[in-house]
Amino acid sequence: MASNVLPHAPSRAAFKFDRLAPFALMAPALLALLLTFGLPIAWLVVTSFSVPDSAAPGTGAFTSYALIAEQKYYWGVLGTTIKLGVCCALLTVLLAYPLAMFLARTTSRWRSLLVALAISPLLTSMIVRTYGWMILLSDNGVINGTLRALHVIDTPLPIANNFFATVIAIAEVLLPYALLAMMSGFGRINKELENAAAVLGASPLRVFLRVILPLSLPGVATATLLIFVLSVSSFVVPQLMGGGRVFVLATEVFSEATVTLNWQLAAALSMVLLVIFGVLISLYQRAIKALEY
Amino acid sequence: MSEVVSAPILPVGRPRATPMSQRMSRMVWRLLIAAIYLFLLAPLIVVFIVSFDTRPYIAFPPAGFSFGSYIALVHNTGFIHGFVVSLIVGIIVSCLSTVCGTMAALALARYDFRGKALISWLFVSPLLVPHIVLGMALMLVLSPLYLTDTYTGLVIAHLGITLPYVIRTVSMSLMTVDIRCEEAARVLGANAWTVLRRVTFPLIWSGLAAGAIIAFLISFDEAVIALFVVGANATTLPVAIYKYVEYKTDPQVAALSVVMILISLFFVVLIERTAGLKRALQ
Repeated sequence: MASNVLPHAPSRAAFKFDRLAPFALMAPALLALLLTFGLPIAWLVVTSFSVPDSAAPGTGAFTSYALIAEQKYYWGVLGTTIKLGVCCALLTVLLAYPLAMFLARTTSRWRSLLVALAISPLLTSMIVRTYGWMILLSDNGVINGTLRALHVIDTPLPIANNFFATVIAIAEVLLPYALLAMMSGFGRINKELENAAAVLGASPLRVFLRVILPLSLPGVATATLLIFVLSVSSFVVPQLMGGGRVFVLATEVFSEATVTLNWQLAAALSMVLLVIFGVLISLYQRAIKALEY
Repeated sequence: MSEVVSAPILPVGRPRATPMSQRMSRMVWRLLIAAIYLFLLAPLIVVFIVSFDTRPYIAFPPAGFSFGSYIALVHNTGFIHGFVVSLIVGIIVSCLSTVCGTMAALALARYDFRGKALISWLFVSPLLVPHIVLGMALMLVLSPLYLTDTYTGLVIAHLGITLPYVIRTVSMSLMTVDIRCEEAARVLGANAWTVLRRVTFPLIWSGLAAGAIIAFLISFDEAVIALFVVGANATTLPVAIYKYVEYKTDPQVAALSVVMILISLFFVVLIERTAGLKRALQ
């Protein structure tokens, strides 16, 4: 009777299969990733170093990169991209901070609903949210329309189709990401420290300024980095909200790829963006790991 | 001396009302939070309101109330086509992603092997690349193969970005499940396949479902990569909206956006019910 219950000793065939099992399981996903991600990126790198067919013979592999480095226009584009990243990061984190603090600490029974409410915009299409901002900020839109109806202004405010509009829209679109990043930071703050400060006589404001704020800064720093990285690579919002006046790396890639059809240049610009993004994201992930002690 | 003895030891007295300043600051705090929520949800609310407007252009406040834009939607072949394409591509991508991703997650969560850290990183690497770069790269590869403007091309384009999410969600599920159930099944004589079928899958099905839904939503809502891969024959809904919004601003787009929001919201509620939204998105 006992021999029916005990597991059999693995046969040689079973043992070999066991060793290969994880690789067999991962093979489809690895293949899919290779085909849909690895290969295209590799081809992108190759293309960035190739020469357009129309170019004069003898042009080197670095022509596209040289073009980017020489022309002042592209340095301007890089500058606008970085400026956009900084402005968006600051605004988003500023707006998300109170909300993150509130959501991380509230004991209301609506807490999970409120969190879901704050995060669910992430799962709607960015195009839809950007369209909403176009309605809000345009000359006939919500803000201008309401202010005009109340006779506060006569001519519409220039809050659409420019850098300002782009920053506002990106801040709203990325707010949930900043929220998620900072909420875990707030969760790590030991409540005992605040209680100790209060017991020692600190007012709520002082508790905030001297205990909560300094302890929340690492979370704020990582959130800022994250939003910077995400806004630097954004395409839809600058394209739709910039009114053709906001030139960032992403919009340049798109216009070179689809309008000018200079694919080598577009590839080179993509590489620049990829390197910036890759470096910053790895910094971000390292920061996150450092905080998760 | 007697005053000290007769003084009450415990503080007694009628309960004091919260001081005005504290009530004011709490009110200000609540208003601030409400204002931020309003900022966060403003575009979605505005789109909802405008979709019921009667005028054929964007303006605020709305002039009237009608379902006209919604009715016009049904006749807009461009949008209907985009919706069908997005739906089909989304379902295919979700299925493929879930199958491949679950297998990979099983390997990562249940086995130890050389190069595990590197492979884990490889599975997450698509998240390190901005969509504009990925779109460009995919266009470069799919164009010469004549796969742009096809369903296949779109599925290939979206597979890479959905896999990491599925793997992450299912892995989390596998790691939170009590492995002793599987071990017990093994000890009682079940082979690997039976354990998978009768123990593991029932335990992780909610994580699996969440992963599948997230994969569908990501593909359904994705615009940037699709912009590089679509054409006249196969275009996704977000791209159709994008092209429309670039040059026209009539409320039909608002109506369509509301429909898209409702679809996304439906799935969000589904995920929240099965696996918990915050956990799934982290």
